[in-house]
Amino acid sequence: MNEEHLHAPSGAYALDALPDDERDEFERHLRDCPACAQEVRELSATAARLGSAVASAPPAALKEQVLSRISTVRQLPPTFLPGVSAPQPTSGRMGRLPRLVLAACVAAATAFGGVAVWQHQEAWQAEEQAQRAEQRAADMARVLVAPDARTVTASGKGGAKATVVVSREENSAVFLASGLPELPSGKTYQLWFADGGKMRPAGLTRTDGGLVMEGDVDGASGVGVTVEPAGGSPQPTSTPLMLMTLPA
Amino acid sequence: MREFARIGGSSHREPDLSEVVAQVAGGDQDAFATLYDSIAGPVFGLVLRVLRDPAQSEEVAQEVMVEVWRHAARFRPEQGSVMAWVMTMAHRRAVDRVRSEQAATERDRRSARREHTPAYDQVSEEVTVRLESEQVRRCLQSLTELQKQAVTLAYYHGYTYREVAASLSAPLGTVKTRLRDGLIRLRDCMGVNA
Ligand SMILES: [Zn+2]
Repeated sequence: MNEEHLHAPSGAYALDALPDDERDEFERHLRDCPACAQEVRELSATAARLGSAVASAPPAALKEQVLSRISTVRQLPPTFLPGVSAPQPTSGRMGRLPRLVLAACVAAATAFGGVAVWQHQEAWQAEEQAQRAEQRAADMARVLVAPDARTVTASGKGGAKATVVVSREENSAVFLASGLPELPSGKTYQLWFADGGKMRPAGLTRTDGGLVMEGDVDGASGVGVTVEPAGGSPQPTSTPLMLMTLPA
Repeated sequence: MREFARIGGSSHREPDLSEVVAQVAGGDQDAFATLYDSIAGPVFGLVLRVLRDPAQSEEVAQEVMVEVWRHAARFRPEQGSVMAWVMTMAHRRAVDRVRSEQAATERDRRSARREHTPAYDQVSEEVTVRLESEQVRRCLQSLTELQKQAVTLAYYHGYTYREVAASLSAPLGTVKTRLRDGLIRLRDCMGVNA
């Protein structure tokens, strides 16, 4: 997949002409590609002009209907507040992980869900995002509390730390990082499952926090982290910053 | 940034809508009535263009207005104009309606569309003639035929790019590219900033 291919859907996206699956994929790309996010803003504003050009007066009664309806509709608060409250950190253990770690993961998952590339997406998809954030938090919790969950930890340069929690039972893994150096724009951290000698893409992240790795663990023997161009690569293009061997 | 004289449309100076939205965000219903007057025509016109059914369009336009009310506090002026924000919601909502119906009555729709949908060249011609804005019309005419048809079918008919490709018998990748470079050309022609 080359760069051009990744940016190509911006026009179709701005025109709401992508099917759902491709729209989701492009929105993931938008999170890591400021150039596309800016282009989408401009092309959406352009599309809006096409819309204004076909303005037509609605029936007069609509105004009264709308005004009476909004008087009973609660407005959303300015900050995005997904429907998941982060658990209170306490001592004690949950499954094999300290509750504190779990709290950090869930908080990170919900925060990640609240990141909006641009306001139209946020305005329109706030509810959808809240649901996805809940889903992500639930997926993460399922791995973290799995009876067979195991953790491996690695350190990188400059105090960066990464922990992978893997559950073979759930066939899923959670990646949790702290102190990752900030990346220049146009770059992203990419996660990989190592299958024998092969690296399989397992998701992108630009920041500290936790996320459920993409794809099944299956027979993976390790997890790697590389720096890749925004949007990710099909194969690693740089030496891994960290490599962790997964427990069998 | 290029300046364009405004031809056609309203000649009165519009209030700064982002200030109005800020008031709406504070729960000001009078401010919302003001905002309504500025956005109702564009919203209803666009929804009607996509859905073609006045009763349904009224319903969807009402939903869009309520969404604007609900989300007013989340509008961020630094990310674009009020009109772009509102029209993006309106288009998304209209397209969602088209697609959910499409899923529900795929078969009915196919036959209905055969009857009601004129050939695409007629469609883009018709749209161009009816446009209120001289500038938008002129800019659309500056596109290549394929760009114009692709953009028109996607935006005014709510087609996915796959449906556009099927209508125009063009390859998927080509349509995706034409939608992008067509919009880029429109952006430059209209002098849109965001
Ligand atoms: Zn991009």
